[in-house]
Amino acid sequence: MARAIPMERGLPRLSTRPRVGSIAKHIVLIVVALIVVYPFYFMVTNSFKDTLEAIRTPPTLFPNELHPENYTDAWSRAPWGRYFINTVFVSVSVTILELITACLAAYAFARMKFRGKGILFTIFLATLMIPGEATLIPKYVLMSPSKVACAGLPCLGWFDTYQVQIVPFIASAFSIFLMRQFFLSIPNELADAARIDGAGHLRFLWSIVLPLSIPALITAGLITFLGSWNAFQWPLIVTSKPDFRPVQVGLSAFRQEAGSSYHLLMAASTFVVAPIVLLFLVAQRYLVQGIARTGIRG
Amino acid sequence: MPLSSQPVAAEVIPTNVGASPRRRLPVEAIQAWLFLLPAVVILGVFQIFPAIAAFYMSLFKWDVVQGSFRGLGNYTDWLYDNSIRSPDFWRSLSTTFTYVIFTVPLEIALALVLAYLLFQKMRGRGIYRTVYYLPYITSFVGAAAVFFWVFHPTYGLVNEVIGIFGIGPQRWLDEPNGIFAMAASAFGVTVPDWLAGPSLALVVISLVTIWHYLGYQIVIFLAGLSNISQEFYEAARLDGANERQIFTKITLPLLSPTTFFVFTVASIGVLRSFDSVYVLTNGFGGPLDTTRTVTLLVFKTAFQQAQFGLGAALAFILTLVILLFTLIQFRVLGRRVNYG
Repeated sequence: MARAIPMERGLPRLSTRPRVGSIAKHIVLIVVALIVVYPFYFMVTNSFKDTLEAIRTPPTLFPNELHPENYTDAWSRAPWGRYFINTVFVSVSVTILELITACLAAYAFARMKFRGKGILFTIFLATLMIPGEATLIPKYVLMSPSKVACAGLPCLGWFDTYQVQIVPFIASAFSIFLMRQFFLSIPNELADAARIDGAGHLRFLWSIVLPLSIPALITAGLITFLGSWNAFQWPLIVTSKPDFRPVQVGLSAFRQEAGSSYHLLMAASTFVVAPIVLLFLVAQRYLVQGIARTGIRG
Repeated sequence: MPLSSQPVAAEVIPTNVGASPRRRLPVEAIQAWLFLLPAVVILGVFQIFPAIAAFYMSLFKWDVVQGSFRGLGNYTDWLYDNSIRSPDFWRSLSTTFTYVIFTVPLEIALALVLAYLLFQKMRGRGIYRTVYYLPYITSFVGAAAVFFWVFHPTYGLVNEVIGIFGIGPQRWLDEPNGIFAMAASAFGVTVPDWLAGPSLALVVISLVTIWHYLGYQIVIFLAGLSNISQEFYEAARLDGANERQIFTKITLPLLSPTTFFVFTVASIGVLRSFDSVYVLTNGFGGPLDTTRTVTLLVFKTAFQQAQFGLGAALAFILTLVILLFTLIQFRVLGRRVNYG
């Protein structure tokens, strides 16, 4: 499936006089690329300037003097180490657990027979239509620490924990759907061969299906990881202590704290944004393919 | 293993694993439900149950603690009954749709043009695509820190740039006045309130939103373009069509399912968006409430005023609005889509 839909089958040259057109085309593309990339450039260069240079107008294109100590300075102003440990732990846990639940469920939908399959699959897909805002308040109450607050509703009391940021997200109809589509494309002959060799469903899934599905697993995993790393609204309302807060909420708080220390804010933004950008540069092929195929919008 | 009346040979060599083992149904069904159990529990507890609970809560006076039953009282408060809530609601709804109108069409037009340019064989295509895609993976929190400064009233680069064209410095994210009113007043004309347009702050939020989603839309359009068969282009070329005719008569009509899809998903995305407005206005929907979308009003009602019942009712209204908007899109635009 990863190779089934070629992403870029270029058009053959339509015109016999491509030179002027192609230069104009590149100019348009370059101008847009500069506008798109400018905020990143601005962020990184300002993170190396001193206090005064960072707010100079017009901004200097390069720092007059490099101040890498901005990074250590910004790092020491907030519990960033804690924030990063929290975010990494939450994102990795969500990604791994979500892939496990998705593969099991997707396998059942794709390759097993049972009563109620069609209805259950429809219900799963319907959960994709429920907007997050509609479920936000009951989910908040569900997590609330006091029995009084959720009279009539069950309470978990998970405020300021890791599980409040992990457990609600370890199953997603989207990933199940993505993996199911992939599993459906695996030929039946393989299942026959496995059965003749005495392999059960779990064994077939683990030894044959999953190794064949690595591109789809990476795609689904990346989309989940990205969503978890950038999560903001939910951790904002269910965490109040740095002990469990993720980097995005930490950065949001640091914006108030940093005040006019703009160079420090830019340094902090850089180290919050950098890991996900690096991950993207390494793995962009899978992410872009998955999005082109499914059209998820975070 | 249940007792089987089938001959032993059939037990050893079943004909097919996935397709028709009707005889094995009970075992396989139990196994299937075990495979599904984790997903069913999580989606049930954290998606389906809260959706039902939201409706339940919306029927009560519920300020942190459950209070008296109000029926549809929370809904009527928002729609017409309450002299404070109801203007807030209609204003936020209008802000939300203004946000859609000033974001989605421009975002789609830009993405379509750029995808069309990128689709043709050219040098550096991969680099352009990567660059355009970077904002999509960047969180709004990270982006907001930068855009605050780029649009800063005193130190912002954007004021420097418009200064080159002889336009005075603007207050951008701090500017509550409507853009049409501001443009008109530059020529000494006063416009009525209903023509004032969205606040400049909301327009800045729209621009940041477009910046964020542009690369994503380009990727979708590129996939759509690659699904158009080469034969159409070859036939058109044989008939002597020029590049512009090919774009308007072949590409655009055959791409219309993708465009429709992008339009629908982008509109829903903006109607539901929270992070962009929250982080760019420090959570207040300011200046002077001109950027308070419905999602921000839900947040304020539920988590700043602790009115869970009213908040749940408002969230439910928003859900219905999104549903209605999507249905209308399907009826009005869906009919024009060419599925060739």
